[in-house]
Amino acid sequence: MKAEARWIPGRSRERSTTEKLVELGWGRLALWALALTGGLAMVYRLVRGLGATTHLNDAWPWGWWIAFDVMGGVALAAGAFVVAAWVHLFGKHRYAPLARPAVLTGFLGYLMVIAGLLMDLGRPYRIWHPIVMWQPHSVMFEVAWCVMVYTTVLAFEFSPVALEGLGWHRACRAVRRALVPMVILGVVCSVLHQSSLGSLLLIATYRMDPLWYSPLLPVLFFVSAVAAGLGMIQLEAAAASRVYRHRVEPELVEGLARGMAWMLALYLALRLGDWVSRGQGPWTRPVSLESVAAGLEVLVGAALPALVMSRKSWRQSARARLVAAGLAVVGVIANRIDSVLVSMRAGAGAAYVPSLLELWVTGAIVAAGVLGYDWVARHWPLFVEEPEALPGEARAQESRRPVGVTAS
Amino acid sequence: MPTEVRGARTCPLLSRRALLAGGAGAVAAGLSGSLAVPALASDPATGGDGSFGMLVDLTECVGCRSCVYACQEANGWTGDPERPAIDGDQWTAVREVELPGDPGHVRYVRTQCFHCLDPACASACPVGALHKTPEGPVVYDAGRCIGCRYCMVACPFHIPRYQWETPLPLVAKCIMCAPRLERGESPACAEACPTGATTFGRRSELIAVARKRIADHPDRYVPRIYGLTEAGGTSWLYLSDVPFEELGFASVGSTPPPQKTQAVMEKVPVVAVGVAALMAVVRWWEGARESRDEARDARERAGTPSGKEPGA
Ligand code: SF4
Ligand code: SF4
Repeated sequence: MKAEARWIPGRSRERSTTEKLVELGWGRLALWALALTGGLAMVYRLVRGLGATTHLNDAWPWGWWIAFDVMGGVALAAGAFVVAAWVHLFGKHRYAPLARPAVLTGFLGYLMVIAGLLMDLGRPYRIWHPIVMWQPHSVMFEVAWCVMVYTTVLAFEFSPVALEGLGWHRACRAVRRALVPMVILGVVCSVLHQSSLGSLLLIATYRMDPLWYSPLLPVLFFVSAVAAGLGMIQLEAAAASRVYRHRVEPELVEGLARGMAWMLALYLALRLGDWVSRGQGPWTRPVSLESVAAGLEVLVGAALPALVMSRKSWRQSARARLVAAGLAVVGVIANRIDSVLVSMRAGAGAAYVPSLLELWVTGAIVAAGVLGYDWVARHWPLFVEEPEALPGEARAQESRRPVGVTAS
Repeated sequence: MPTEVRGARTCPLLSRRALLAGGAGAVAAGLSGSLAVPALASDPATGGDGSFGMLVDLTECVGCRSCVYACQEANGWTGDPERPAIDGDQWTAVREVELPGDPGHVRYVRTQCFHCLDPACASACPVGALHKTPEGPVVYDAGRCIGCRYCMVACPFHIPRYQWETPLPLVAKCIMCAPRLERGESPACAEACPTGATTFGRRSELIAVARKRIADHPDRYVPRIYGLTEAGGTSWLYLSDVPFEELGFASVGSTPPPQKTQAVMEKVPVVAVGVAALMAVVRWWEGARESRDEARDARERAGTPSGKEPGA
């Protein structure tokens, strides 16, 4: 930093580029570097094709981008629909301060998923084909439609932040009036989309390891995604308080943690019940990548965080909450990677390790997402107490505010 | 919305011929019935819809690769036909397999798309780039393909290949010479095969032929027609004197993979409407509760002389 400051002498009032960079901080600079170099990597991928830039091949038609960027990314974005429904449909207005960050994460998350998908598609310029070329028997067709519609819904749900930020209050009010139907549409899309990513794999009935292949895949994917989404919001709340000095009521985060514990418990019950009923389970196997991965994914990625969050005293500790949320998020990502990659390893008959470029592109997409979040957080009203209050809700909130929201 | 009508792109010429020749299929089906092993007498096993198929008798194959050369030429591929595996520019290949318990002895195994009766690839494709024609071939419409490669993941036989080395790749797989069938010709490979290892005909007739061969030479063949029920049955059928697993054939059950996803896809409209209705009811219920609370609060405020919030 200092070395750079020396070779461009700072001017008296106006901030020089260097000073602006310094203000950005190392973290943001690193993110920018990752995003920009990754952007070049993306161009390279498009010019050279998949074979030259990835480790995908005929034995591994799907790899890291589908497993992590698409399957994982969508699961982590689930917090948006959960919180939006909780606040706007279930009337839990106390959670309103969490709605905007969650919706932004969901929105950016879906944009990131689309970016990853564009990288993965052999002919990305045809991504619009499912709009006009219908094939309703295909789960992928359903997935495509859910991505399109729900990204639009998320843009809509997020728009009040941008409109307020831009000072377009009339448009903002108009948007709010249509919010409830849009939130309902978002819930429908999410339920379908989260589960359909699991259904997608159902057709690989003769290829997947039975540790992951299950008729319950759609249900398991949905439940685990809700848990992961709730985990993500907690991580975000922690980041918000640390980076943006926005205090989220610990009581609210605790509520999320409790919800996450319930979803994880449900997930565990389903997963174990499914294993037992099909006579499967890591315990039935000798030690192998498959059995260890499945065991770790369930024990460390689901059972442990559920356990931690089920105890009130632990749930009240911010650090324990953070660890549990992190574990749950990693656990669900691990599940998606296992489902797409580990479970198809034996059938592929060859090994697959993502190429550096595949990981780099993922890193760039994530970095761009974080930078987008950061920009919105610093320029637009992201952290507000009562966002998106509808006329009716506003009155309800007003009358209740002294009791609930601002009292603590 | 321009939905795709299934089967709209089939060739009218062949369909008419298929109708005329339907009688032969029925006769063959009756014949096959008398020779049938009871366990195999399931639905795909009859194949009585008059569609075409291929019978590959591995005991007849001498490994000359005439089929591959013919395929490369018929489809305009220029790569080396001696390659042992199918690829982005080679739709069929002949593999030399050394027999596990019998060193020095080999079998030549043809590989290509099996043209499933209920193809997983076609059910998977989000844009309908793959579909099965009533004549039998599972064909590919390159103009639709977005390159998601879901077809590759879905295929139980690991058949579709991708042109990985090209910036704008396409899926590659045998299309059973659908254009030649349309012209009334048989597939190039079947025409080129000098020994009759690959033969073309109506699937029902081929089943009858295969069953007869097994019945006439029980010492020569393993009593199994690969493709009769695999993945719900395939248009291509194989006969062998060596267990199929030893030759690298995939162990595939008799359920067509599309059935697995179909069961879920059928529930989509119900789930969508159900969730929407449930959410609407929840919202309405909460709204009603809120206005009740609001009214009560207003009453309480009115009742409190100072107008202050109680219990703040
Ligand atoms: S073998 Fe594979 S590619 Fe060929 S029709 Fe069946 S599912 Fe499709
Ligand atoms: S890669 Fe092409 S043909 Fe295969 S499923 Fe995707 S769009 Fe369809």
